[in-house]
Parts: sequence; structure tokens; C-alpha cells
Amino acid sequence: MPDLLLELFSEEIPARMQAKAADDLRRMVTDKLVAEGLVYEGAKAFATPRRLALTVHGIPARQPDLKTERRGPKIGAPDAAVQGFLKATGLKSLDEAKIQKDAKGDFYIALIEKPGRAAIDVIAEILPVIIRTFPWPKSMRWGARSAKSGSLTWVRPLHAITATFGLETEEPDIVKFSVDGIEAGQTTYGHRFMAPGAISVRRFEDYEAKLKAAKVILDPQARKDIILEDAKELAFAQGLELVEDQVLLDEVSGLVEWPVVMMGSFEKEFLSIPDEVIRATIRNNQKCFVVKDPKTGKLTNKFVLTANIEAPDGGKTIVAGNERVIRPRLSDAKFFYETDLKTRLEDRLPKFEQIVFHEKLGTQAERIKRIERLAAEIAPLVGADVEKTRRAARLAKADLLTEVVGEFPELQGLMGKYYALAQGEDASVAAASEEHWKPQGPTDRVPTDPLSVAVALADKLDTLAGFWLIDEKPTGSKDPFALRRAALGVIRIVLENRTRIGFRNLVEFHLKNSFGKDYLDVADIIDHLMIFFEERLKVQLRDQKARHDLVDAVLATGSLLQGHPLMPIVDRVDALGRFLDTDDGKNLLAGTKRASNILTIEEKKDKREFDHEPDAALYKLDEEKTLAKAIDQVKAEASAAVAKEDFAAAMSAMAKLRPAVDAFFDKVKVNDGDPKVRENRLKLLNEIRAATRAVADFSRIEG
Amino acid sequence: MDALPDHMRPERSFQGFILALQRFWAEQGCVILQPYDMEMGAGTFHPATTLRALGPKPWNAAYVQPSRRPKDGRYGENPNRLQHYYQFQVIMKPSPPNLQELYLKSLAAIGIDSAVHDIRFVEDDWESPTLGAWGLGWECWCDGMEVSQFTYFQQVAGVECAPVAGELTYGLERLAMYVQGVDRVYDLNFNGREGAEKVTYGDVFLQAEQEYSRHNFEYADTAMLFEQFKMAEEACRKYLAAGWREGSNHKEHLMALPAYDQCIKASHVFNLLDARGVISVTERQSYIGRVRDLAKACGEAWIHTETGRAV
Repeated sequence: MPDLLLELFSEEIPARMQAKAADDLRRMVTDKLVAEGLVYEGAKAFATPRRLALTVHGIPARQPDLKTERRGPKIGAPDAAVQGFLKATGLKSLDEAKIQKDAKGDFYIALIEKPGRAAIDVIAEILPVIIRTFPWPKSMRWGARSAKSGSLTWVRPLHAITATFGLETEEPDIVKFSVDGIEAGQTTYGHRFMAPGAISVRRFEDYEAKLKAAKVILDPQARKDIILEDAKELAFAQGLELVEDQVLLDEVSGLVEWPVVMMGSFEKEFLSIPDEVIRATIRNNQKCFVVKDPKTGKLTNKFVLTANIEAPDGGKTIVAGNERVIRPRLSDAKFFYETDLKTRLEDRLPKFEQIVFHEKLGTQAERIKRIERLAAEIAPLVGADVEKTRRAARLAKADLLTEVVGEFPELQGLMGKYYALAQGEDASVAAASEEHWKPQGPTDRVPTDPLSVAVALADKLDTLAGFWLIDEKPTGSKDPFALRRAALGVIRIVLENRTRIGFRNLVEFHLKNSFGKDYLDVADIIDHLMIFFEERLKVQLRDQKARHDLVDAVLATGSLLQGHPLMPIVDRVDALGRFLDTDDGKNLLAGTKRASNILTIEEKKDKREFDHEPDAALYKLDEEKTLAKAIDQVKAEASAAVAKEDFAAAMSAMAKLRPAVDAFFDKVKVNDGDPKVRENRLKLLNEIRAATRAVADFSRIEG
Repeated sequence: MDALPDHMRPERSFQGFILALQRFWAEQGCVILQPYDMEMGAGTFHPATTLRALGPKPWNAAYVQPSRRPKDGRYGENPNRLQHYYQFQVIMKPSPPNLQELYLKSLAAIGIDSAVHDIRFVEDDWESPTLGAWGLGWECWCDGMEVSQFTYFQQVAGVECAPVAGELTYGLERLAMYVQGVDRVYDLNFNGREGAEKVTYGDVFLQAEQEYSRHNFEYADTAMLFEQFKMAEEACRKYLAAGWREGSNHKEHLMALPAYDQCIKASHVFNLLDARGVISVTERQSYIGRVRDLAKACGEAWIHTETGRAV
């Protein structure tokens, strides 16, 4: 079956957009082919700085013929209806229609046959539409045609379109179409500098090979492999090690069609700057990799650049040029770093009084004071020294005002740590500067030093409480202040450190102490924030494969909303999950559910609840007495275990209930003829439900 | 080019470098203008770009524009930061299909051979909040150094560009330093002579950098500048209001250029006030918005002038 080759040749496409554009092109073309009945065998898309390319192989040469039936009016219907039917179906007269009987009478049926068209014609219609509606994040107009409205837009000026279609064994045909004056053909161009001439291509195989001969590596993955391998080898040859950087690699591979990797160096004196600053300078401004000494793990004075050409001088000029650019950049960075070191972090704080954090939440200075107060409150709960915690909270954000962080915002926190250590702060106080920002995302690590934990929690809780107070909650996909991330951060810090804090009282404390709000005025806000935490908790536990219904079952008996601390809730979910995996657990769940079901039915019937204690005098059978005894015993044991937060023991206690429940359902008929006995047995069933609530609301558990 | 005496070669002298660019673009059919006689932050502010980018009539021009960035002054102590420097500006409307090739040829004309140097077009979305303008294009890199800006204007002064103009901006000092192989801007050879006849960039501009840094950061009269900003704003509005006429079959404007001068003035005064640190973060946005409003009103007026409107 024939193959399609498509190339869209343009001026330089931004590196960050290439991968998605290739993917969009493949998706749009293949979706449209399938919608047109052209089911293909395979497709692959590629991008370089100057082209998007797509190969689709195994496309049928023709669309299948389409036969459709269309139901018309009843026999004997008014003429207007008949005429409308003929017009809509293209039939000349009713003689060409079939007649079909059904329960409502006899109807005319038109059989419409639509012969399939040649695939190449269909493709010639599809492609211009896709090109005109291509979802670039930002696109532009250009040239003389942009004088008129409706001119083609593309990410950068589009120059040529290659589109061929045909069998491997034959000379393929050009898919004939044009977009805004650009005719599809089979001519593309090689590397901008090394082989700029026109190339005539037939199909994907010779296209890729001819491009390679013209110094263009079409496949981005191949370019990445070359860059990474060559960069590692260059470093290795000097006994050094490349600092790998996937994001940079992705970007660099989108800046070249013919990667040529070379090594340059800079003056050793710049190594007095922290490694991260050197790396940020070289990476962000120059798109170069840095290199470390594998023995010490420290950076060396080398960098790895990726050029787009093989120069006749072996790249000497290019390396020398890059070195000349990097030198003043590092010189600036060194200057910034040394300037920063001259000012103590605490001396920077007054400036925060002029910086607005949020118009309704005051200045950064006010925010830092709030964090300090809350961190001091949290400190004893997590085993941190209160005075050190205060100092850490006070200094943690001071580096935002330094030159280096101004230049490289991604170094916030880290620079604070370096500057704090340089001015002789306690190591934990210094570390909090970096650690309190964490975790930045679901895969980032969480702080573990108690001091950092206290500041990190205070920072995030202040953010959450503040934005809840001014009613700036996340909605749908909008979360401009990253509040979901903050809440998830709080949850992860608590869980991974097994920290025992109650969110509800901390938020209440904070709103009173730092925002001057009385509990009664903000109870509703706190409620909503706690519910938000519970939702985040469910998301987090679901990601860890915990069952959603178990979380609900546990929250129903003790929630953040009610002021319970987080850690025991999660432990309980965990223990409950393990218990339900055992036979005892499964059977107890079944028994409890059976009891609940019966109760629901009977409660409805009698329009009353059976929530009073059963009367021991009314027990007629041993199984009732045994069950009553087991319930009393289990209730006491489970409650005691829960009080000690020994959930494994609570579950073991629960397990003891199972044989009694099983025996009860085996031998005892609940709906006894004597209404008094029946009522008493229903009360006993209610007691099963009540007993299990010591650990969870079993009715919320599925299965 | 072979007939060029040594001291005029672009890799030998700053002035030869400028002349080579002018000559190259003259050969591409551009009118070679002289700098606009007002203080401005970038060559884009020149009415030959801002206003001429608007309207359907073709326009190809190139010129040097002294650019004032009061905040970038370093008292002559930084090797490559200046509060006054030269931009070389090219505008071609509509953008020709081979503008990238022309640009690369212009680099060859000033001694940058793309077979030996690594030239790259790196994404750069250009936006000027003060001019109400945006475009897409690149920073052009030579061996890792940004040497030019390349922009396809999509909108200027709040008006859609139809057709689109291509704009090239060369940072002349930086490029010349690269070509001459010097690391300090003040060491650039200005006139291409050697020995006693040699004049450096520092001979021409070092004292100016020191004096203007002092002025921009310490002494510029802020009370006067605030007043000047207001006056320029008022004058711009006044000239714009006075310029409208009912033409035979459409509205016409007769004073877009003088009004736009006042917009340029306001923009530069704002930059000076900003350098003096007397404009707060929130006020900053409002000042930028005020200049943008002027620019937009001037653009609107321009497309109703003889040169700016559709035939």
C-alpha cells in the first residue's frame, strides 16, 4: 500500500515547540485519514529547527465505497414530502426507491452509493486545512501576502511544502495542493550553511538519506544521542564527567540540524563562584553543558557547546568565540556573587517592606513576620528549637533580594543557604533557606530537618490560610498561586516525616494571631480549607494506590474537618486496607454490610431507627448472646487501640467480631414473629455497625 | 570591497564597520537615513520604523540610531555596558522572502563568515509595552553571542501591520568588538588608524559615559522631568486633537509626526525618571501605559495621513 511523505519547510522553529508540533502534525493527519476511511499502518513525525516532517505508511490507494440507506416518507405521503426526499437523496423518481415495511407502515428507502475516492485526492484536501489550522502556541504573518486579511499564519515564515504519495516500487505522485501561494512539490533544502541547495525527494527513505547527505539529521532523538554521546566522550577523554541535563539536551537538539560538539574552557578563577551559579550562567545564557571532576564532584573550568556546522578550521573560531562570550558572563556572575556577600541577609529585610506580596495580603515583610510566628508555634511539635526556627524563618527568603537570585530566579533558596553559611549561621538555619521551598512538585523531595520542616509548613500554611481568607481559591484548571501544590506539599511533609500536627488548630491559631480573625468569623473558611486538604489527601493517596473508598470510610469517623491530625488518619487507612485483604476482614465487611442492608430495609419499613441498646433479657439464642458479648469486648478493645493509635491492634480486635457475626447470620432469623424479639435483634445489628465505626464507616467501603 | 583602504575595513574601524553595513543595505534598495534628532531608547522608536511600519505602502530603510538607556550607564567602568550606544536598524516592508539570507550576507559584508562562525536563529518574541507593539522572530547568535534582533512586526502602535515589515537591529559596538577582537568597548578602534592617528571609542565616548552616568543616576532634575513628562503628554494630545480634518471622503490627520515626537520625548523622560529610581513598581506600569496610549493615538493618526493610509 502507498505511503505519504510530508515536509513543511520554514524559517527557524523555536526549539521548545518542535516536539509538540511534530506530534500534533502526526495526530491531525492520521485522525483525518481515519475519519476519511483511510486506515493506515503506521506513522512517524520528526522536527528540526527548519522543518516538520511526517511519514505515514500503508495507506489504502482508495477510500472504501460507502453504501448508506436513507429512510423517506410513508407511502402515500403528501407530494411535498416526496419531492423533498427525492431532492435530498438525488433519486430521479420513486421508482428508484425501495419500500420497507415496519410496524408503522410502508416507507420509501433510498439506497445511496458513494464510491470511494482516490486517497491522494482526499489527502490533497486534508493537508491544506491542517496547515491552515495548525495549533502553534503563537503564529505570525509575513511578506507581501500579509497585506490581505486571511493570509496564512505559521510559527515563522513557511517556504516550501513537500508532499508525495505512492508505492515503494513506483515513482510517487505529488499530492497537488497549494496553501497561500506555496505549491506542494518534492523539493526541499539541505543544511542552511553546509548544503543549502535544493534536493529532489521521492519518498521517506530517500528523503531521510538525502537530508543526511545534505547535513541534516532529521530525527530529534538521533541528534540528542549524538550530542549526549559526543559530549560524554569529550569529557571522558579528559578524565572528566559531563553534568547531564535532559531539559538542556532537548533544547539544544532543537537548535541544530547537524550537531557538532566541542569543548571550551574558562579561567580557573571563576571556580570560586558556587557550582550552581556557574552552571546557571553557562546553561541559561549560552545553552552549554558543564563538566565536573568525577573524583571531587566539583565543576571544572570546561564547558561543552553544540555548534550547527563543521567549520573548516575544526571549530577553533567557534570555540574561541564562545569562550569570549562566557568570560564576561561569568565575570558578571562573580561580581554579583561577591557583591551579595558584602550585605548580611538580615540587613536586606527592611526592603521587603516596600515589596507587595499580594495587594490584599500585605507586603513581603508582613508575610515573613507571619511565617515566623507560625513556624515558632510549629517548632515544638516537630522537635525544632524555637529560637533557631524563628531565625531561619526570618532569613529564609532574604536571598530573593540578592543580585544572583535576581539574575537566576531558579537559584532562590540555594543562594540563601550559601550566604547564610558565609555569614556564620547555624547549619540548620542556613539549610532552611533552601529546604523550606520544598517540595516543588510531586517528585521533589521533602525537607526532613525539623527546623526546615517547621519553616516549610509555616510558609505553605500561611499561603493557604491567606488565600482562603481573601477567597482566592483554585478553580478548575486555574491555580495561579499554586495552592494545590502548597497543600500537597504540606501533606507530603507531614506524611513522610510522620509529623504529628493538627491542621485545623494551626490554621485557627494563625488566622487569629497573624490576621486578627476570631474563630467564629472564620470557622467557615477553615472548614473549606480542611475539605480542600481532604480532597488533596485523596488525590495523593490515590497516586499511592490507596483506595478512595477506604479514605472516605476513615474520614467519616474522624476527619481533618473535625480537627483530627493527618498522620493517624493515613495510618488508619493503611491498616484498614491490610485488614480488608485478610479473610477476617472480608467476611467482617460482608457481615457488616449485610447487617446494614437489613437495617436500612427495616428502618424504612418501620419508619424508625433501632439505635438503642438491645435488651439482654430478650436474647433467645446463644448466637445472640455470643455476638452481644463479642461486640462489647471488641468495642472496648478497638477503642482503646485506636486511642493509642495502634491501628493494627484495632484491626485484630475487629477480627474477633467476625465468627460471632457469621454465626449470628447462620443461625438467627432477624425478623422473628415476636415484634419485641425482632426489634431487639435489629438493635443488635445496629450494634455491629456501631462497633465497626470504632475504626471506619464500613458502609462507605465498596465491594 | 577590495579597493577599500585598510583603515576603512569593517574589522579595522568602527566607522568602516558602519559604512559597510550602510553600503550593503543601500545595495538592497534601502534608503539610508541619518539618525533621528531626538533622544530615544532604541532604533525602533525612530518614526522611520514605528510609523512607517504602518500602512500598506512599501518602505525599505536603514539607519544608525544612537540609543539612550539611562539605567545601563556604568560610569565608564563596565567593559560593555553603556548608557549611550549605536543601533543599526533595517526595516523592509513588506518583509522580503529572503530576508534571512540578506541578513547573513550583511554579516559577511562586515567580516563574519558563516562557514567559520556558528550563526543561529534563537527564538525571541519581541514585545514593546511602551509602543504597543509585538512581533515574532529571533535573537541572532554568532558563536554563542547575541549580535542582532530579527523581528517580523505583527502589530505596532496598536495597529495590525498589513503587510508585515521585517526589522533587523544590530548592536554595533558589540558586533564591532567581536570583529575587532577587543574585550572592552572603549578599546574599539574608531577610525581605523594606528599610532598617533588612532582614535578609540573611549577617546570619543568615555567622558560622556562618566558624565551622563552621573547625570542619569544622581543629578537629573526629577521635578523638572516629572513636569516635562506631563508637558510632552499634553502637547502630544493637543497636536493629535488639532490634526484631524474631514477630508473629501475620509478622515485625515495632518500632524501625526509632530505629535509622535512628543511621544518619543515622554518615553525618554520616563526612562530618565526610572533611572533616578523615583518611580515605584506600581507607578511604573501606569507610566508605561500612558506612553503606550500616546503611541497608539499617534499610530491611529498616522494611518490617516498621506503616507500612512491605503491609497
